[in-house]
Amino acid sequence: MALLNSFEALRHDKRGAIAATVMLGILLAIFPFVISSTFSNSWLRIADFAMLYIMLALGLNIVVGFAGLLDMGYIAFYAVGAYLYALLSSTHFGLHFPIWVIIPAGAALAGLFGALLGAPTLRLRGDYLAIVTLGFGEIVRIFMNNLNAPINITNGPQGITGIDPIHFGNLSLAKPLTFLGFTIPSLHAYYYLFLALALFIIFVTIRLENSRIGRAWVAIREDEIAAKSCGINTRNVKLLAFTMGASFGGVAGVLFAGFQGFVSPESFNLMESVMVLCMVVLGGMGNIPGVILGGILLTLLPELFRHGAGPVQTAIFGKILLDPEALRMLLFGLALVLVMLYRPEGIWPSTTRRREFKGESTDVLKEGE
Amino acid sequence: MDILIQQIINGLVLGSIYALVALGYTMVYGIMGLINFAHGEVVMIGAMVALSTIKLLLNSGLPVFVIIIIGLVAAIVVCMLVGYTIERVAYRPLRRAPKLAPLITAIGISIILQNLAMLIWGRSYHSFPPVFPATQYEILGATITTLQIAIVVIAALMMAGLIILIDRTRLGRAMRATSENPPIAQLMGVNINQIISFTFVIGSALAAVAGLMVSANYSIAHYSMGALLGMKAFTAAVLGGIGNIAGAVLGGILLGLIESLGAGYIGDLTGGVFGSNYQDVFAFIVLICVLVFKPSGLIGEKVSERA
Repeated sequence: MALLNSFEALRHDKRGAIAATVMLGILLAIFPFVISSTFSNSWLRIADFAMLYIMLALGLNIVVGFAGLLDMGYIAFYAVGAYLYALLSSTHFGLHFPIWVIIPAGAALAGLFGALLGAPTLRLRGDYLAIVTLGFGEIVRIFMNNLNAPINITNGPQGITGIDPIHFGNLSLAKPLTFLGFTIPSLHAYYYLFLALALFIIFVTIRLENSRIGRAWVAIREDEIAAKSCGINTRNVKLLAFTMGASFGGVAGVLFAGFQGFVSPESFNLMESVMVLCMVVLGGMGNIPGVILGGILLTLLPELFRHGAGPVQTAIFGKILLDPEALRMLLFGLALVLVMLYRPEGIWPSTTRRREFKGESTDVLKEGE
Repeated sequence: MDILIQQIINGLVLGSIYALVALGYTMVYGIMGLINFAHGEVVMIGAMVALSTIKLLLNSGLPVFVIIIIGLVAAIVVCMLVGYTIERVAYRPLRRAPKLAPLITAIGISIILQNLAMLIWGRSYHSFPPVFPATQYEILGATITTLQIAIVVIAALMMAGLIILIDRTRLGRAMRATSENPPIAQLMGVNINQIISFTFVIGSALAAVAGLMVSANYSIAHYSMGALLGMKAFTAAVLGGIGNIAGAVLGGILLGLIESLGAGYIGDLTGGVFGSNYQDVFAFIVLICVLVFKPSGLIGEKVSERA
């Protein structure tokens, strides 16, 4: 808690904030080198994925955290972005569009899908919305699984291979880059690209949070009818939340496809949507630093379980008794339940939400409805 | 014509199973106003326990009928325990928390159940032992097996039993009172904690029966079979009007018919562009249409905007 408080204090201390930013910047810049030399490249790969998940979680945070619309099919937008890159820049159709065309196109297409999902569901709230969005996510996945006939678009359950690595002209991120005598390995290059985009998305969400739109979202979350009577066009503002959230997911999807070099419908199942939702909720809904923390923790924890589950069992029983994969998800589910039971407001909630959960708000009135 | 009849029969069988599972959703929703996301996994546990028990007893020399009954009872007992635990762990402590919190714990519980099942039964598909007689009957050119007849009849009996329980007994009256207004019901001397537990237990028992039926019908069971089935059953509950017992039955049977007729005819209707592999999409399209055009469901009460 002391750590969190010192973060809060930094908001008011300008000099300290600048110093902290510079230090954080240096830390983030040398981070990949520290990781790959002290641990292994596989952990750097996990760090790269953490960046993607942060982008996803921030995108979903707009819908769930700010606007209070429970979206459980969010991974569909990630899938849209990933498949767009896979189709436009691979050997599948023989198309090789550059990345700066595909990223905006991915954002736009995912945004369009977001609006498509948002439009019919505007009247729904809470659990109902959750189920409909969940169904939407499944529909997208089922289509990707089956659109290999009669025309082979998505190559069905096998997925699309031979996707180009992210490249800028002749500069491919799959090979080590030589830059002013420095050699940057591929994973490091991806790290910097993802970091840059994640920082951009963080910047955008912070600016959005304090904008007119951001406040309109929060107003809708708190009380839709009151927001409407204050002159907020709830229909447009909700659609905007869906669209913006989706477009972030689309960008992350494009990067994912380029990074992984392979996409298949299996990467976009319900579990992934749940995972991103958990990042947002466990981190602290609506609070940007909390959501980032949630993204990092939930990428890291399952990996720790995965790496730990095998060796620990061998150490105790002499052999692997339980399937490590199942064990890791089991522990993950357990962690989810425990956090919700003992800290339902999330690990790092915003001040308003913390108050809400501690029962100091007008929510008492709602109980009696 | 015989294809139409055949698809209607298949749809009725599928629909009876959906209806049984949907009842679990609708009862919990009616009483607590929450979706029990882990309900699909309870069905899966029921299927797995029943299948394992039947496999275990297969060579014991007992008559087939007794083996099936023992398997069913084992599944029901285990599922009741699971349902009771779910309520105690995931829902009761969070009754006053915002709605998102129990939703997340329920998701957590379903992850736990699914992976527990994976630890116990492994990743492989389990085939259901061929204990049911393979006699087939011809009706108007379509075939129906004894198993299918049994599924429809047992499902109908259980639903009738449930409706009698809720409409005619003291316990049922307490359940209805709790769903109407929990604090007032408590003032009238209803132990609402007990009633809520009881609702979960009854729903889970129905889920266990549905689990045995679905694994016997497809003659296969798998640790991940619960999620999709649960979602479809929820769709059925919403289609009929969630919180409404008769609605869940109607919605389940309608959804079964829509799915099986849709899968049977989509190839012809679209000139072969879409095939029966799109069967799973129908449930979700139905769900979205219902929620957009008639959120209260076919025979449900009007849902307020805050639903």
